[in-house]
Amino acid sequence: MEITLSVNDETIRRDVEDRTLLVFFLRETLELTGTKIGCDTTSCGACTVLLNGQSVKSCTVLAAQADGCDIITIEGLADGDQLHPMQEAFRENHGLQCGYCTPGMVLASISLLAELDEVTEASVRNGLEGNLCRCTGYHNIVKAVLAAAEAAS
Amino acid sequence: MIPPAFTYLRPTSVEEAIALIAADEDAKVLAGGHSLLPIMKLRLAAPTALVDIGRIEGLSYVREAADVVSIGALTRHHDVATSSLLAELVPLLAEAASFVGDPQVRHRGTIGGSIVHGDPASDLPAAILALDASLVLVGPTGTRVVPASQFFLGFLETATAPDEILTEIQVPVATGGFGFEKFTRRAQDWAIVGVACQRRGDDVAVALVNMAPTPVRASATEAAISAGQGLDAAAALSHEGTDPVSDQSASSEYRRHLAHVLTARALAKAGF
Repeated sequence: MEITLSVNDETIRRDVEDRTLLVFFLRETLELTGTKIGCDTTSCGACTVLLNGQSVKSCTVLAAQADGCDIITIEGLADGDQLHPMQEAFRENHGLQCGYCTPGMVLASISLLAELDEVTEASVRNGLEGNLCRCTGYHNIVKAVLAAAEAAS
Repeated sequence: MIPPAFTYLRPTSVEEAIALIAADEDAKVLAGGHSLLPIMKLRLAAPTALVDIGRIEGLSYVREAADVVSIGALTRHHDVATSSLLAELVPLLAEAASFVGDPQVRHRGTIGGSIVHGDPASDLPAAILALDASLVLVGPTGTRVVPASQFFLGFLETATAPDEILTEIQVPVATGGFGFEKFTRRAQDWAIVGVACQRRGDDVAVALVNMAPTPVRASATEAAISAGQGLDAAAALSHEGTDPVSDQSASSEYRRHLAHVLTARALAKAGF
């Protein structure tokens, strides 16, 4: 089927096989390989992207379901050389080790801060329950998100 | 993992969706896809067509009339969990929805999809069973309303006919004390055991997650509370009549132990 959607503020029109998952559409059709595939079972969060502003796991969304939607991937955050504040906070706080979970963590964190009424260490830890870090580097990830929240306030 | 090939269809009305599923017995209804797509990727299901009802207008809402809160089947878990109307009138349901999966799952998964999937390890089927909710099913010949107590028939099996679609969940207002307890290995996991508890005066409704092939009421616990027994004595009866599985997460014996402990906690939260 033909789908039309916005990916990182660019209108994309493509013919896709009906069973195409959004993560494969992003990685293989659009060659936006910043979005990772980790568990491929809706658990690890490495494939997290923003769909109409909310974090979703793109391994469990059909490209067809994203027809007409706005998608933001990790490639769409920075403005040229200017990192997104959440990316900057991850860099400043050493919120990554191997980096595999990082695109998903950053996008999940942006979605989380947009929804949280009260930003606390506990609410951030709880709110990132859908993203696993195989390096177990959670401490600095949480520190980065708290720093980003502080910088935005 | 890639699901088996299927034809993707996107009806714009409930009537059109019903016609599509009635015409193809191997078609499946797709809403948020967070139960169906994972099992298709594992090749445990191979429908010929997916009828995506996700764009049908007017099936995502929470509203109240005559002491019944009606929730559209396409209402996403996030919207159930954060609904101020539910927080006020049926807080147990909002609480249970906040335990489903993780934020990303709650942004996509729908209350209707979770309920018709009929997974005994899911949180919402037990919650609506404790709340004495009713399910509105629309089919080719009309609409029928099925009480939650008659809806869950077996493992992943509900009263929904192959040519019917769940459109609405109706929940009587329940503002008494409540408790929802869930025990998992990792935060986002399905419950090893869960307990949904709703107080009604001196009585209580208790429903168990993952203690049988369907969500079940802990009838012996409910009767013990009504008879004036203490919290722990009542909670100790919670697994009576249940048949929990042994699997990689827990033995059936451990599940019975968890049911006791979690029911005691849920009853305490509900004010017993």
